Amino acid sequence: MTEQAAIRKQPSFREPTGKYTGILSWITSTDHKKIGLLYLYSIATFFIVGVLLGLAMKLELIAPGETIMKAQTYNQVFTLHGVIMIFLFIIPGIPASIGNFTLPLLIGAKDVSFPKINLLSWYLYVLGGLLALSTLLFGHGPADTGWTFYAPYSIKTGTNVTVAVLAAFVLGFSSILTGVNFLTTIHRMRCPGMSWFKMPLFPWSLYATAWIQVLATPIVGITLLMIVVERTLGVGFFDPAIGGDPILYQHLFWIYSHPAVYVMVLPAMGVVSEIIPVFVRKYIYGYKAIVVSGLAIAFVGYFVWGHHMFTSGMSDTARVVFSFITFLVAVPSGVKIFNWVATMYKGSIDLKPPLVYALSFIFLFMIGGLTGLVVGALATDIHVHATSFVVAHFHFTMFGGTGFAFLGAVHYWFPKIYGKIYNFKTAIIGWAILFVGFNLLYIPMFIMGIEGMPRRYYDYLPQFTNLNRLSTVGSWILATGLFIIFYNLVKGVRKGQPATDNIWNGKTLEWQTESPPSQENFETIPTVTEAPYNY
Amino acid sequence: MEIEPSNHVHLTEHRDDEGQRMGMWIFLFTEVILFGGLFLVYAVYRNMHPVDFHEGSIKLNVVIGAINTIILLTSSYFVAMAVSSMQKGKVKQARTLLLLTILCAIIFLVNKFFEWQTKFHHGLFPGMEEFYKLSHGESLFFILYFFMTGLHGVHVIVGAVFIGFILRYIKKGKVNPVRYTLLENSGLYWHLVDIIWIFLFPLFYLII
Repeated sequence: MTEQAAIRKQPSFREPTGKYTGILSWITSTDHKKIGLLYLYSIATFFIVGVLLGLAMKLELIAPGETIMKAQTYNQVFTLHGVIMIFLFIIPGIPASIGNFTLPLLIGAKDVSFPKINLLSWYLYVLGGLLALSTLLFGHGPADTGWTFYAPYSIKTGTNVTVAVLAAFVLGFSSILTGVNFLTTIHRMRCPGMSWFKMPLFPWSLYATAWIQVLATPIVGITLLMIVVERTLGVGFFDPAIGGDPILYQHLFWIYSHPAVYVMVLPAMGVVSEIIPVFVRKYIYGYKAIVVSGLAIAFVGYFVWGHHMFTSGMSDTARVVFSFITFLVAVPSGVKIFNWVATMYKGSIDLKPPLVYALSFIFLFMIGGLTGLVVGALATDIHVHATSFVVAHFHFTMFGGTGFAFLGAVHYWFPKIYGKIYNFKTAIIGWAILFVGFNLLYIPMFIMGIEGMPRRYYDYLPQFTNLNRLSTVGSWILATGLFIIFYNLVKGVRKGQPATDNIWNGKTLEWQTESPPSQENFETIPTVTEAPYNY
Repeated sequence: MEIEPSNHVHLTEHRDDEGQRMGMWIFLFTEVILFGGLFLVYAVYRNMHPVDFHEGSIKLNVVIGAINTIILLTSSYFVAMAVSSMQKGKVKQARTLLLLTILCAIIFLVNKFFEWQTKFHHGLFPGMEEFYKLSHGESLFFILYFFMTGLHGVHVIVGAVFIGFILRYIKKGKVNPVRYTLLENSGLYWHLVDIIWIFLFPLFYLII
């Protein structure tokens, strides 16, 4: 099939269209594929910045006492790391980049419903990112509050909280516009024959995600604006000294920010649901159960925010109710895991890089999820709250979960995006190093957390030295793995072997068109007659 | 998806009126929730400081508030009429009605300006001396008053500019009796501006 790359029916979407060439043809394009890639590159850039900040934190923790930075710098580093990783990497990570590229392809559409708004949301994303980075340059440096901007400290600190908060606001707006766009696209643009229950699972997960983006993000938007007003006008929304209520801030913040973790993880689950049936050559087990559980996670996830505040001062009734609902979220998550594993039963398993990522997602996310029950239960949470246990739990779900799924998605759709293929062997080696480094980095943090190592401290008691050192070494291994993966992908883009249009023999629509797809995605709009994963 | 071929629409052009409206409705949900956050804050602080909120709200001018309510309701009527005029092909009438809507928006903002100015004269704005003599609850009342009516005012401006663009599009023929979804969407946005005020008015002026 070597001639296939040479003979194309339509020019690739990467060819310039419109009146500009070069980079201008990209940043003025309203093609969802170009916008998806713009997102992918900018997200990857911010991800690298975030990783470097994370490495700096781990290096500081290699020995007790001050090692490479002062306490104040450490506070600023972990705040900037959080802001970048949360608002610039993991929230837009899968939906805005991979989702933008693949959603119209998966549902047999030419583009999203609002292509111009799609481009606008990328510009807002870049603006927000630059605002966040600009806090490095002036005044007293980046915020030192943690990414949660808890009041009243965020009101009182002299660091650039106002700009950081505005950055988050702008990014929220970008996220809302993407959500509106995806919802309308999924409702209106599915190709003929694609009824709701013939839609592939990744669009389903984007659908559930988009509802959360649309319905939760405005709350944090308005809350962050209140922080800005409080800082500039000196009034007491949240500062108890002048009549405000800091607990109210925490409620408002988590009303958004807890559903936001499902914005982060639901698309990841969608990616895994796409990858597994392709590489085990079997119809996904319990298609409807996966769909419904995704919607259930999105719905129930709206009502669990209080579990971030078990120790902040709430009535016992509220705490018990929030804890119970938190446990409920575990049910649909468990349903998904069982379905994925059941799909693999008696399948013809082909351990290609995307499947390896999907499998490690299941493994790591399960650890993240089960340790979530420890922090979701009232009694044990008292013991481990604000320790490195929570940090490890969060990173297992977010990095081990969403991060691995993101890399899996990139490896899975890479041949569709570029029409080329990376080196499988290097991909697996990179994954293995990343996997080992990841576990070495975060498992010691679980143990230290239970033993009482607080989070967000740049210093620690001598008894934590060995585990912290192990964790730091893990961070280096993890970074090496990431470097190999990036190197392999970049090399694949530049010098990779040409890939056939349907290199994995997928059944979903994106594999039925050329690689890379043409500007219009499909020569003729496809018609769907059967369910998506009929192998 | 029905595509009505007409002189203005190329058949290859993607057009989905229903989708455009749906997008607008979803966006309006986000606006409702944006203000919802503030309503929540209002409810909490009103519950914490009922007496101070009473003290605050009797300082507001119910007459100006009521006049503004009537103006906004009338403007909503105008914009709704504009949509039906356009549907019936009465383009000129639609333009006049939209101009009247913008006029209402301007009158509303001028009223608001004078209302705020009086408050400034009484020093009831953060940073002014009188403000710091207020009780915690009352200062919260006034900052919520300025924040919420201010944010609403921003929405009035955005809505009026939106309608201004529609007027331009009508002139250029981009909005016309067969293709008027943008006009409908500007109307939807304007009704949102209206309905938020319908809640703000009683919360600040009437409940005392």
